[in-house]
Amino acid sequence: MGLLDKQFSDENIILTKAEDLLNWARLSSLWQVGFGLACCAIEMMATSASHYDFDRFGVIPRPSPRQADIIIISGTVTLKMATRIKRIYEQMPDPKYVISMGSCSNSGGPYWEHGYHVVKGMDRVIPVDVYVPGCPPRPEALLEGLLKLQEKIRNESLVKKEKV
Amino acid sequence: MKTQQEIFEILKAQYPDFITTQDTEANELAIEVPALQINSVCQFLASNPDLLFDSLILLSALDDANGKKNSEADGSFEFDGGTLSVIYHLESSKLRHKVVLKVVVPREKPEVESVSSIWQHADWEEREAYDMIGIIFLNHPNLQRILMPYDWDAGFPLRKDYKNPEFYMGIKVP
Repeated sequence: MGLLDKQFSDENIILTKAEDLLNWARLSSLWQVGFGLACCAIEMMATSASHYDFDRFGVIPRPSPRQADIIIISGTVTLKMATRIKRIYEQMPDPKYVISMGSCSNSGGPYWEHGYHVVKGMDRVIPVDVYVPGCPPRPEALLEGLLKLQEKIRNESLVKKEKV
Repeated sequence: MKTQQEIFEILKAQYPDFITTQDTEANELAIEVPALQINSVCQFLASNPDLLFDSLILLSALDDANGKKNSEADGSFEFDGGTLSVIYHLESSKLRHKVVLKVVVPREKPEVESVSSIWQHADWEEREAYDMIGIIFLNHPNLQRILMPYDWDAGFPLRKDYKNPEFYMGIKVP
């Protein structure tokens, strides 16, 4: 949808689809769980800070999972932490989205072979919407990941998919 | 200030029954102490006015991997016999000298006396040694896992013959 400011010559009614309106509302205020794990969390904090300004996409850290829409898994997920993350994820209200940030969270990364304590990919525990590669990813990469998630939400539908 | 050799001589004079040798394998010399005497030796080192070891810099455990290796078909192996070691690095901040102690225990019965009553900091170091290598510290106030999940029952991950479990609470591990 984008910005509609000063696009109309007179005050009028805007016609749109309910689906588009809902999707637009959802993707424009993705509140994230205030949650960080490892070095990726430092990049995530840099993304939230004034220079990259996550807030311009409507991303605000919320202290409670019950008020949040997305969770960014930013760092190495140990087996011990995975059970806690699952619990946080279950506390979030639907619709909820997951961004997996960095190699560790995507696939175990450097711990792929010898990490006895690391989950080899966050998607073994909770469903992931967007994977952001990098070790750690630059803030631009995380922003790109968020834009991809917004694109995904923009194309969501209220209609049940037909089973093929 | 004293050298490791001088401290060794003092300990040898104090405990002629069981302090006889120094381990020379590593770069540093390490005084060998029996597992069930480490607490009294450390108490002596901490309180003797010529030594005054007031700080435990590091307590580390080691799998010596010197037992009989029983290989299995899938490439994994298990050790039969052999030893585990605990290494203590002590420092006196007043007299500015250091010493290294080493305790060697059999793999089947890795029991070592706790030194957490002398240096509080040993509490967590010993819990980590228990968590990773599986050293049992006798008289420890709270010997449970510190890094791995509390209910971890698949063994001690830094042992050389450790095998990862297939699943942990429904999460595929390897």
